[in-house]
Amino acid sequence: MARPTSVVDSSPDVEAREADSTNSSQTGGVLGWADDRLGLAKLGRSGLLRKVFPDHWSFLLGEIALYSFIVLLLTGVFLTIWFKPSMAEIEYDGSYQLLKGLPVSEAFASTLNISFDVRGGLLVRQIHHWAALLFVAAAFVHMLRVFFTGAFRKPREVNWLIGIGLMSMSLIAGFAGYSLPDDLLSGTGLRFVDGLIRSVPIIGTWAEFFVFGGEFPGSILIPRLYMVHILLVPGLLLGLVAAHLALVFYYKHTQYPGPGRSDNNVVGYPLFPVYMAKAGGFFFIVFGFLVLMGGLFQINPVWLYGPYDPAKVTAGSQPDWYMGWVEGAIRIMPNLESHWGPTTWSWAIFLPGVGLMGLLFGALAVWPFVEAWLTGDKREHHVLDRPRNAPTRTALGVAGITCYAMFWLAGGNDIIATRFHLSLNAITVFMRVAVFVAPVIAFIVTKRICLSLQRSDRERTLHGSEDGVIVRSPEGGYSEAHVALSQDEAFALTQHLQHEPLAVSSDTDDAGVAKKQQVGRVRAALSRWFLGADVQKPTVREIEHADHHGELPEVESSDDGKPQLH
Amino acid sequence: MKLLTKFRRHSLARPALLILALVVVGLGYAGVNPQRSSAETETTQQVEQGKALFDLTCSSCHGLGAEGTSQGPTLIGVGAAAVDFQMGTGRMPAARREAQLPVREVNYSQEQIEAVAAYVASLGAGPAIPSSEQYSPEGLSDDEIARGGSLFRANCSACHGITGGGGAMPNGKFAPSLVDTSSRHIYEAMRTGPQQMPTFSKDVMPDQSVREIIGYLEDANGQPNHGGLTMGDAGPVSEGLWVFIIGIGGLSVVATWIAKKGARAR
Amino acid sequence: MSHDNLPVKDPDLSHVVADPGIEEHIERFTDADKGAGNRAYTAVLLMLAAVPVLAIAFVVIYFAVPRDAYIDFGWLHASAMNVGLGATGGLAVLLIGVAAIQWARALMGDHESVEERHSVASNADDRALIAQQFADGVEQSGVKRRPLLLGAIGGALGFSVIPAVVLFADMGPHPVKKVRRETIETTIWAEEVLLLNDVNWLPLRPEMLEVGQLVNAQPETLLELHGTEYMIEKAKSPIVVVRMDPESIRIPESRRDWQVSGILAYSKICTHVGCPISLWERQTHHLLCPCHQSTFDLGDSGLVVFGPAARALPQLPIRVNEDGYLVAQSDFTVPVGPSFFERDSRNDFVKGDN
Repeated sequence: MARPTSVVDSSPDVEAREADSTNSSQTGGVLGWADDRLGLAKLGRSGLLRKVFPDHWSFLLGEIALYSFIVLLLTGVFLTIWFKPSMAEIEYDGSYQLLKGLPVSEAFASTLNISFDVRGGLLVRQIHHWAALLFVAAAFVHMLRVFFTGAFRKPREVNWLIGIGLMSMSLIAGFAGYSLPDDLLSGTGLRFVDGLIRSVPIIGTWAEFFVFGGEFPGSILIPRLYMVHILLVPGLLLGLVAAHLALVFYYKHTQYPGPGRSDNNVVGYPLFPVYMAKAGGFFFIVFGFLVLMGGLFQINPVWLYGPYDPAKVTAGSQPDWYMGWVEGAIRIMPNLESHWGPTTWSWAIFLPGVGLMGLLFGALAVWPFVEAWLTGDKREHHVLDRPRNAPTRTALGVAGITCYAMFWLAGGNDIIATRFHLSLNAITVFMRVAVFVAPVIAFIVTKRICLSLQRSDRERTLHGSEDGVIVRSPEGGYSEAHVALSQDEAFALTQHLQHEPLAVSSDTDDAGVAKKQQVGRVRAALSRWFLGADVQKPTVREIEHADHHGELPEVESSDDGKPQLH
Repeated sequence: MKLLTKFRRHSLARPALLILALVVVGLGYAGVNPQRSSAETETTQQVEQGKALFDLTCSSCHGLGAEGTSQGPTLIGVGAAAVDFQMGTGRMPAARREAQLPVREVNYSQEQIEAVAAYVASLGAGPAIPSSEQYSPEGLSDDEIARGGSLFRANCSACHGITGGGGAMPNGKFAPSLVDTSSRHIYEAMRTGPQQMPTFSKDVMPDQSVREIIGYLEDANGQPNHGGLTMGDAGPVSEGLWVFIIGIGGLSVVATWIAKKGARAR
Repeated sequence: MSHDNLPVKDPDLSHVVADPGIEEHIERFTDADKGAGNRAYTAVLLMLAAVPVLAIAFVVIYFAVPRDAYIDFGWLHASAMNVGLGATGGLAVLLIGVAAIQWARALMGDHESVEERHSVASNADDRALIAQQFADGVEQSGVKRRPLLLGAIGGALGFSVIPAVVLFADMGPHPVKKVRRETIETTIWAEEVLLLNDVNWLPLRPEMLEVGQLVNAQPETLLELHGTEYMIEKAKSPIVVVRMDPESIRIPESRRDWQVSGILAYSKICTHVGCPISLWERQTHHLLCPCHQSTFDLGDSGLVVFGPAARALPQLPIRVNEDGYLVAQSDFTVPVGPSFFERDSRNDFVKGDN
């Protein structure tokens, strides 16, 4: 080494000590043997084993996704033992009577083989499919939890981006897996993807020929998707999951506001043994749920759908739920297409298909930075927001969910039409309007609800909660007494920081010389829109005033011994 | 599902029957299809009984001579099979004008239906009520039934769903579920093309092919749900719904239990 | 490690109520009451003891239950093997989880711990140190004196990517004009090709079709193909043949001889994303796609009447041959199926054409 001194400087106490040859006999046994070779005991200094995790049910949503992913890996390995990713045509000769003698692809035949001839194969196949649906669902719900509580704020923006990457990878993994059995439904899905790829302006046809190895369906797509499904995407997912978890460890988990909780600490239970038991136990519960679902609930009965045949189709052709919203967007899109010269620009597929997906993931990815720009907030946050305390963000989130839900419903418009006896065309037309109008209504309603809750928090902090006892006075009047909040609760309701909207900053310095303006007119206006509606939380003076000047007359009469505000 | 189907709204079959009648009459005149009226082989008594019933229950819409009115199409030439299908599934007599006639309780005996069918058949040639060897899937081999599945997916599943569970059609119409439809009625529907359904003629879809389709449908719907409960049987839509209800919902309850503090001493 | 880092600045900045500190710890039932503690202990042990029993049951079911045995219990009419394995295996795994969590909740010490948290950012000294190390490294590398090195290695790395990308050029044939004309812009329909009913492969004659009839047909030449070729052609060549009353439909002048007394043939491949469509209403003549609900009027040259499809369904010109069978007059006059960028859509039939 050219400059050894600087290396020593960075970790003096690790390198300066000499290896003690008697060390291992003192610590003894396996631990000593392992530490002699790996030196892992040093990790104890960082408190690894006793790392504290806070308790809250919503912190376990991401774990559902993680455990589903592990179940997917386990069951997936089992399925690869029998599955043949080949589009070669053979005559089906397995034990399922209703398809006997039909020409099918090897992929489809081996899927039937797993389902009917391998003992437990159907169970594992169904667990795998349920786990895939649960994986994406849990990841989505986990992402919503992170969004609504502001857990993506500094310093966790990077982990949020990793999460977005995980989400998009999981969609690709799911879709590739849906396509592998080569049944009528998955083939129809691939045909849709063919149309989607083709619709991309300029490069669409080239992309189609490259992906399918020529024309649809070709003979090579399923082997390629198999590679994507079992190697490429799971590999990327594994790497991203590892990074995602490592950052959770590194930052330490966020926590909800409460007594004793601050940005400078984390309150909860140690990893070893409590969280090891809780999280480990939860893995087995998620696994158990999935095995029970695989055993009791039928999913994707490919034997009913039959082999893929490009001339056949069935009513009620749907993708799995996580692609449903794109399907819905494609269904309700008006038929826009431009024919410019000898070219065709297929907006009706490209915009809702490729465009909308890009829009969703793009918007999610930039949000933490947009919000920081709107609030001008550069602090680190480890205590979560209560959703009501960020009303515009919460309202935007609910509007987004509403929009997504409308697209999702549109994706099942034929099922809705038959189940609820409605007109297919009427639903489609309604949804064309609803995807724009419903989010606006949801935004307004959610924001009003958040502000009302803020107002109620303020009321309760100043005047206590109603005690539920209606008292009739001798004069005949009715009143309900108020009980002062415990200090624990009052602290939880008021500990948050309320940002002031950014004001337009001067574009000249003290001497009147022009300089770069920090906050322009537009940014200030947007900041006002984002932050301006907050109900001011009580000030110290207001609380003291309410306390000392008899605005809490019932405090005197309440003798339940609860701590009161001072 | 079956219950729901019963209460669906349907439209009158007027245009379909009208076109069908015109065609059959036209073909009859042209001598292309000089099929003898099946009524000639029926006893006069049955035709008379049928006419009496027809005058009572059908003529208000279809006209006293079944020539059709503004309320209902002509029935001359629709054939006995059409009557047996429409009355045998309770679609006729219709209670009111609807987007599509729903299946309802049948209030007539098979004898009465056959009498009306005989009377209608006596007015003009049309498909006769099939005999059981024309539609019964008995005696089909496994391979033939598997081919029936192929035929079903090529011709029927687009509207009726993958195993005949039904599907949506434009403007409130729908392809009904075939799960509880009798083999005879399926055969008659294919031959007569009730309401919006296209016809499948004997020449293109021979009785053997129809038997294979019916055989497949019976076997497909009679088989167990190998994988467990179907929970609505609406494919990926219901699967997605249940993964949220049971998966996310159920596990959130468990998560609440995990994160909640247990019972305290005070 | 982050221990040297600074805590978050001004943690109490926004507090209007003083932080009361962590709530008081209250003992659990299972700590206070020895009986309750022992009961929880027993419950955990019992749950874990059930796991081996279930595991053995799983193995017994695996070997003893025949594959074609079925359970018929209320709504559940399913494979006995699948339900049996799922129920025993699922319950076993679930019980391990419940037992572990119950252990953690009721029996492990439950005093809440507090861990200090430190700012993620390193302190100024650390930043200066790493900057210094980087500067030393840069100095040692010599790029300052020989600056071209950096550009040269960057450029070399960039160019080395090109061969890696080019390696993928054989992923599929290149859809240049000639290739397109032989693939996605053509089908195997041609003059004198018979129309066969799909699956039972009966050749069609006009008198076989009644008004209101729909036939899913394929070209006779499809039967000569096998494997991949068969699938590719089958993805483009399917047609629906319908017979309508010629008086009730609109046949444009240019297509008068494309049909045989009201028998018309259209591509079955939707012009939206390519689903095969055959949901036909005989009274309205509307053809509905079950995938995205595009609706075409077969009584009006296949024009779109609803939904996301933008172009009319291509019509196949047909006639009757000497033996009285329906045959194609030629291939489709425009490419079938979904749009693609190089598709010349100026020849498609649009509303108002005649």
